[in-house]
Amino acid sequence: MSEEEKDTTAEDSSPLVFQKAKDKFQDAILDLSEELSELTLVVRKDFAYELLEYLKSDADLSYNFLVDVTAVDYSLMEDVLTKYDYARFMVVYHLYSYKTGHRVRVKTPIHEKELSIRSVTSLWKSAGWLECETYDMFGITFENHPDLRRILMPDDFEGYPLCKDYPLRGRGERETFDFERQNA
Amino acid sequence: MQADMERVAGEKMILNFGPQHPATHGTLRLVLELDGETVLKATPHLGYLHTGFEKLGEHLDYNQYIVVTDRMNYLSPLSNNFGYVLAVEKLLGLEVPKRGEYVRVLMAELSRLADHLLWLGMGALDLGAFTAFLYGFREREKLYSIFEKTTGARLTTSYTRVGGVLRDLYDGFEEEVRTFLSEFPKTLKEVHTLLTRNRIWMDRTKEVGVISGEDAISYGLTGPCLRASGIEHDLRKAEPYSCYEDFDFEVPVGMNGDVYDRYLVRMEEMVQSCHLVRQALDNLPEGPVNVPDNKIILPEKEDAYGHIEGLIHHFKIIMDGHGVQPPRGEIYSATESPNGELGFYIVSDGSGTAYRIRIRPPSLLQFQVVPHMIEGGMVSDIVAVLGSLNIIAGELDR
Repeated sequence: MSEEEKDTTAEDSSPLVFQKAKDKFQDAILDLSEELSELTLVVRKDFAYELLEYLKSDADLSYNFLVDVTAVDYSLMEDVLTKYDYARFMVVYHLYSYKTGHRVRVKTPIHEKELSIRSVTSLWKSAGWLECETYDMFGITFENHPDLRRILMPDDFEGYPLCKDYPLRGRGERETFDFERQNA
Repeated sequence: MQADMERVAGEKMILNFGPQHPATHGTLRLVLELDGETVLKATPHLGYLHTGFEKLGEHLDYNQYIVVTDRMNYLSPLSNNFGYVLAVEKLLGLEVPKRGEYVRVLMAELSRLADHLLWLGMGALDLGAFTAFLYGFREREKLYSIFEKTTGARLTTSYTRVGGVLRDLYDGFEEEVRTFLSEFPKTLKEVHTLLTRNRIWMDRTKEVGVISGEDAISYGLTGPCLRASGIEHDLRKAEPYSCYEDFDFEVPVGMNGDVYDRYLVRMEEMVQSCHLVRQALDNLPEGPVNVPDNKIILPEKEDAYGHIEGLIHHFKIIMDGHGVQPPRGEIYSATESPNGELGFYIVSDGSGTAYRIRIRPPSLLQFQVVPHMIEGGMVSDIVAVLGSLNIIAGELDR
């Protein structure tokens, strides 16, 4: 009796978005965590788009505002690497719901040999440049993106500056640009 | 007009708007495809002011990075300082004393006033209204003198610290701010008489650059630009951070989502900011502004020079790898900056330097929406639209 009670309270206390995501996507959800009163869902790459679409369209959740898209290069964090099968990058989406006022973070591991993920531009228009920037800084391509280009770095820039193996100084600095060739 | 023109086949013309055009307020560039004066297509280009702030964040310690945040939205550096340290404090689980919080809110609201005044002046100047610009800048100058006295700098304020602020307010601060508050409404009224019912101003701004509430959400607009489209949302109300729950203020909301409504919303926000500043002054608590922990905040100079313990604390905070070290984890913390939601996503690996800092800039998303707003409009509307969005290149490119 007391155990049952405990179980139900435990279920009730887990946030709605976790329950719903777990019900619908089951094994595709790799991790659920609540840290510093923030909710984080880690989902397999193939289901990231479906999950985001579901979070946006579900009437109770309605995470209708895509706050941010970015990525993190975890190559120097050994424990995260081992936890997610040596996936080097994580694409991170931050969502907010104007209806409920809740936030959620969705992360999806990306392996270096397969640096691409489906674009969410068809769900949110704001994703356009946010995904461009992620591509520009990490080299992760977004499939079905209408206009994926380097937006901050020059078009002929080599390398991806926010990767951990890109040095702070030296490579790709201004004095190494070949201005004459560009003007010709 | 300094622009590079080129004839192409057919009737269309390609016009480069910027990156050094004065109406672009910084280094923005639009490539326009024109049919006569009608804009058929606009392609924004950015990155002219890209400085690698996010990369720098992975190499500077948590207090050093405050200096970089000054340079993001350089019209309201105090708001950036505030937003950034809040994120780090959440990671650390720190709570700043009440007076510290009030001082920060006070400075953030004054900085919102300064930001909106510059936006007002520049926006009006771009549309040919020179007087509003002069009135706005006269008031802004007073604010900047106050900032200078408080922080030691006019633009690169770096006022906040993880766990508090650089120093408490100076003697006579309250008096100066109250004088400003008593004079400021007069200026605001003058600007209203100059612009709000002005025939030319209304013709240039009404039904120009319209965006619906639904589109504004989809494009990720925040702040005054979102509220002008009829969505009532302000992070200070929705997710009160620092001590905003102590304050009583209203969130102005527009209806039409055009340039005129964005103007009205910002004008009313200035009135509300004045209320907030007045309340903060009235209720300013006594006590320290910093957390009483010398492992976070530098000890007093006498302590550092006169006592071994103070010296060690000073040394530990300054030395690389010994200072503020949040536990492993990640945080997304957003504040309502004058331009909208300014978010900091910080991943900490437990060391003195962030593993990754991502800045969620309101300006990037506001610039992305420009083609949607101006395509089909006239060339002269671009100036009005860009002015109303208040895109800051430093924050746009980071």
